[in-house]
Amino acid sequence: MADHQELANSGQAPEVASLQTRGMILGGIGLALCAAGYMADSARFFEAYLVGYLYWLAISLGCLGWTMIHHLTDGNWGFPVRRVWESGARTIWLMALLFIPILLAGDHLFPWMAEGALEDHIIAGKAGYLNTTFFSIRALLYFVIWGGMALILTSTSYKQDSEGPEPLGVRLRLTSGPGLLIMAITVTFSATDWAMSIDPHWFSTIWGFLFAASDLLAAMAFTICIAKMLEHCPPLNKALTTDTFHDLGNLLMAFTMLWAYMSFSQFLIIWSGNTQEEAPWYLLRMDNGWIIISVILIVFHFMIPFTVLLTRKTKRAANVLVKVAIFMLMMRFIDLYWLTMPTLTAHGEHGAGFHPSWIDIAPWLGVGGLWLFFFSMQLRERPLTPLTDPRLQQALEGTGGHH
Amino acid sequence: MSKLFAVAAEFDSPEALLEAIGKTRKAGYTKIETYTPFPIHGLREAIGFKKPILPWIVFGAGLTGMCGGFFLEYWVQVLNMPYNIGGKPLNSWPAFIPITFETTVLLASLTCVFGMLAFNGLPRHHHPIFNYPRFAEVMNDKFLLTIEAKDPKFDPTAIREFFAADLGSSEVHEVEDE
Repeated sequence: MADHQELANSGQAPEVASLQTRGMILGGIGLALCAAGYMADSARFFEAYLVGYLYWLAISLGCLGWTMIHHLTDGNWGFPVRRVWESGARTIWLMALLFIPILLAGDHLFPWMAEGALEDHIIAGKAGYLNTTFFSIRALLYFVIWGGMALILTSTSYKQDSEGPEPLGVRLRLTSGPGLLIMAITVTFSATDWAMSIDPHWFSTIWGFLFAASDLLAAMAFTICIAKMLEHCPPLNKALTTDTFHDLGNLLMAFTMLWAYMSFSQFLIIWSGNTQEEAPWYLLRMDNGWIIISVILIVFHFMIPFTVLLTRKTKRAANVLVKVAIFMLMMRFIDLYWLTMPTLTAHGEHGAGFHPSWIDIAPWLGVGGLWLFFFSMQLRERPLTPLTDPRLQQALEGTGGHH
Repeated sequence: MSKLFAVAAEFDSPEALLEAIGKTRKAGYTKIETYTPFPIHGLREAIGFKKPILPWIVFGAGLTGMCGGFFLEYWVQVLNMPYNIGGKPLNSWPAFIPITFETTVLLASLTCVFGMLAFNGLPRHHHPIFNYPRFAEVMNDKFLLTIEAKDPKFDPTAIREFFAADLGSSEVHEVEDE
């Protein structure tokens, strides 16, 4: 195999290197803006930091989830982009480090951590779960679990490149089965801890799965963007076919629908129940200027992408599909902003109204730049597809490619 | 002699079949069909398979289900039997959405399944191509091309000549209807 060396070094593609450089530049600008934002309004900065952090964490967790789903279901749709997911999953360790600012600003972000919070009898009743010690232990536990699973899955997959797909594949599948169950539980608890407990009076039982669906949606949109970016790099120029994009597009549509299903179910249940503990969460978002964002989410996070993705043509044209994917990545930010910001600012000096600030985007840029830098670093070090996968050989022999 | 269904010709390879299809279409025949032992890449495009209309019918059925489901709820809750439930307005549209969703999916999926069957002419117990004398053997390693009797240019003698001489088919037979 004369081209084996070339395949083994396929991660060195200039496209990946340029993404890494761009990540570094974006991260630099973002971190500078973060510093400026912190000086200008430290309270607002930490609120924005939580949104930006959760945004990129969603893609890391989504990538980990897709890796497992693909090991369990197999299929042609996932093997060309498996290294994208694996590299995304490995960013978990970076996200663990970036969690520290949230802990530091805990007493501002989480009302139950604040001084005198226990005078509120509802918070006092939940203090067995919502206390700083247990909260920190849980956070540590999530990262150890996620990071551990990412490490097992990726290192085994990289080992396959030299030792062949089996019997290492058994370990991958054995990790992925229970792994998905553990993911469902840890994602639910972390979403409750980090995004729901910012309003300790409020609760929604669908919250965890709303986040799980959103994680997979964001990661799929991100995957499509990276796949499109790397479509000319060997061996992806052969492995990525029109059918691959069609499959990824179908999954993007499915998870767009799942997001809508979860979001609407939560609304319907709370709206029907109309109780004092639950309803204020939506009342906040139907007033104070937030209603515009609510309507934008229904139209642009569901109706339009759903209709566009319905046709076969959109999903089979990579250049159109990638535009939808970029659009969905943008909508994910708006959705997270809408889920958390009204609650976060409600008890601050600006009140609950919709008052966007330049500071809101700074942590998203800063964390995002670092994330992309770290992601590309992972992607560069290994071949762009699993090397010993029989489907790769098949793709290289066939006519392949989607041009 | 009974009515003819088609004239059929055998070819030895997918490449030969694809080439023969090109020549047949160039000769002006439109009602052509192929029978092959396995799926062949590019065959769909070669015989000029038209984009199916079924997706649009399904889309229309889905829209009908959506509007129908919503207005069913609206008619019951607001017009036919206005009833105060939990102090909510009569037109409580969020509560109508689950039914609207269900009827959309129901009508679209039923249309999809039955439309697919109808467009394929199914269910069907017998197909005239089975009258081709060596059909079972041919489906092991040969590739069949037919021009059907409903083709405006259908002329059995001319087609047999065309298949054998111009396309170099190894075996040509007439296939009877019934």
